[in-house]
Amino acid sequence: MSAAADATVAGPAAGGLPDLLYGEAETELRAAVRALLADRCGWPEVLARTETAQTYDPGAWQVLAAGLGCAGLLIPEGSGGAGASYREAAVVAEETGRAVAPVPFLGSAVVATAALLAAGDEELLTALAAGTATAALAVPFVAAPGSRPEPTVRLGVPSPAPEHGDPGYRLTGTVTGVADALPADVLIVPSDGVPYGLYAVRAADARMTPVVSLDMTRQLADLTFDDAPGRRLATGNAAEQAVAAALTAGAAVLAAEQLGTAERCLEITVAYLKERRQFARPIGSFQALKHRAADLWVGVTQARAAARYAAACLAAGDPDTPVAVALAKAACSDVAAAAAQECVQLHGGIGFTWEHPAHLYLKRAKSASIGFGTADRHRASLAGLVDLPAP
Amino acid sequence: MVTADDLRGQVRDFLAGHDPAAMDRLDFLRARFDAGLAWVHYPAGLGGQGLPRDLQPAVDAAFAAAGAPTNRPERNGIGLGMAAPTILAYGTNEQQQRWLRPLWTGEEIWCQLFSEPGAGSDLAGLATRAVLDASGEPWVVNGQKVWTSSAHLARWALLLARSDPDVPKHQGLTYFACNMTAPGVEVRPLRQITGEAEFNEVFLTDVPIPDADRIGPAGEGWKVATATLMNERVSIGGGAVPREGGMIGSAARAWRQHPERRTPGLQDRLLRLWADAEVARLAGARLRQQLAAGQPGPEGSAAKLVFARLNQEISEFEVELAGPDGLRYDDWSMRRPEGANFYGRGPGYRYLRARGNSIEGGTSEILRNIIAERVLGLPPETRVDTGVPWKDLPR
Repeated sequence: MSAAADATVAGPAAGGLPDLLYGEAETELRAAVRALLADRCGWPEVLARTETAQTYDPGAWQVLAAGLGCAGLLIPEGSGGAGASYREAAVVAEETGRAVAPVPFLGSAVVATAALLAAGDEELLTALAAGTATAALAVPFVAAPGSRPEPTVRLGVPSPAPEHGDPGYRLTGTVTGVADALPADVLIVPSDGVPYGLYAVRAADARMTPVVSLDMTRQLADLTFDDAPGRRLATGNAAEQAVAAALTAGAAVLAAEQLGTAERCLEITVAYLKERRQFARPIGSFQALKHRAADLWVGVTQARAAARYAAACLAAGDPDTPVAVALAKAACSDVAAAAAQECVQLHGGIGFTWEHPAHLYLKRAKSASIGFGTADRHRASLAGLVDLPAP
Repeated sequence: MVTADDLRGQVRDFLAGHDPAAMDRLDFLRARFDAGLAWVHYPAGLGGQGLPRDLQPAVDAAFAAAGAPTNRPERNGIGLGMAAPTILAYGTNEQQQRWLRPLWTGEEIWCQLFSEPGAGSDLAGLATRAVLDASGEPWVVNGQKVWTSSAHLARWALLLARSDPDVPKHQGLTYFACNMTAPGVEVRPLRQITGEAEFNEVFLTDVPIPDADRIGPAGEGWKVATATLMNERVSIGGGAVPREGGMIGSAARAWRQHPERRTPGLQDRLLRLWADAEVARLAGARLRQQLAAGQPGPEGSAAKLVFARLNQEISEFEVELAGPDGLRYDDWSMRRPEGANFYGRGPGYRYLRARGNSIEGGTSEILRNIIAERVLGLPPETRVDTGVPWKDLPR
């Protein structure tokens, strides 16, 4: 048996699993976030906003980020954050997923923050925790953990000559399909060159082109850097590890967000099955429909265990984290997309209209199932992680 | 408050006075029961001490470490998993005193006489009749039961029978403990698709049952049976297993051992199944954490559905992966195994045995109904039998 196979029966996998429930503090945090999003991000407002120039909601984000302190959940207290963990971040994501909230929690408070925590940049972390800055990691939303996205931005020759105090890093290139970049003030940019590096670039120094996205509640942007000044955050291995940590965190917390979306889809579908009458009876009394609802509920119970395990592993720095994240993203991607699709189908005609929120969930769920690696890609990564090799 | 350490101390003290190497096995187990160290979550006087259930593993581990004999729980799954909680919840004090000790020690095996040829998913429609003799004693039972595991080994059975055909079906049932050595009880093996007979048919002909063996009031058997069935689903759905501990383990090992049998299509299926099985394992662990935290949820019914689907899909995969060996079968001869073994023998056996997983203990279809109606609160299917006396139902 190979070493990888041994690893599958050792450690936490052997039985001592972490706490997979929600703690009291997490439950309180959830209630606060849910109340805020119910107030600021009801689906009619979310839908209306998708057809405006400002698809992200800066007001809701400001309250979530600074008011409730969600921007600093992962940031140590010494840097002005809450010193919480991925368990709490996952709970917030479940709520943003339920509300399909147009806020950059995932991109700024999780992905960019994870990169900055790994790179150890005190200045930006403090600004993020205070809610005075919002950041985005300049990688395509489709980048999967472990994939090392090939940088499409390169370090240029300093131009003009370095000024006093300015080391003169200049970046040139494009990154397409970046999530949560539109509301960001700071872009964290992986850049090719000798060596590979991670740079902070002011959003004002880059060109952002909004993409007409499948999911307009998390509108993507194409980024162009044309000799943009950058501040170096990390180089070489440290930079690569920062990007890897960010993608792993992104996949895990996005899985939690998908869980929230799936749960919401199930809820509104069940409510409709109880209320809608055809053939002189509630349609939820038809076995053909109630079995589909039951299967969705079963899927949600499974997805919840997977999402909680991934968050707990990340929070504890568990060596099983890569397996946990692959399991969670695979399970939650499939369940969320299925739940949103069933939500449309079981609502019948009304579910196919623009005036019903089902399409918001469908677009968010399907886009999220591609973000940070498809279910297929995550299952494929298990082949190496748990020794189930290809032919 | 009693801790696991206190209990380990109690086990030490008990072992000081009861040397398992020197004592008769049953005497040892009876003494352990009487010392309240059988199942600590049961009440004092009934083998326990009224403590939280999660303290029991420490006791079992301490006895195992001392090389003490076990009560062989695998031989009496229905007794321990279903009969005991039912007797505890609905039995009289006298019944509890009489049945629980020999049940726990394994001296008396229990089986379950619920399903009938004409009453499977519609259990409440069952036809086995229990008639109270005009003198007031005993009840006389006639009918046929089916899918009874361990009936050929059992001393007692949990029996659900119709005591009043003139009221709607759920109201006319009464629950009994049936003495399997009573006259008129005939057990015949029921051979299944694997070739062996884990189960039995039980024919009941004028079987006398004293009123003292009735569990719960006459006519309230459905309520008692529901409690029994909830315990069945919990016990089928989930014990703690390590990663690759269930059906997926043999599939993964076969994959590693036979590179020449791998195809891209099979790898895709295996990765899906492995991920689903591991997630199901996590969900089972989460369910146990909920129970331990005193937050029991309805997730147990999900566990049984997922368990059945995975066992079936994984064993389908395994037979195909086995290639030429998948065309062979180990043994069709009629045998009488002591208990169910979902993961034993070869892939062919596992494939066939797994077909039963979505039928036994509530079909997957009935489980989906239960989830839809009791968990999600969806309205029941329009029914034709509501309020109709059982004897007037079309059949």
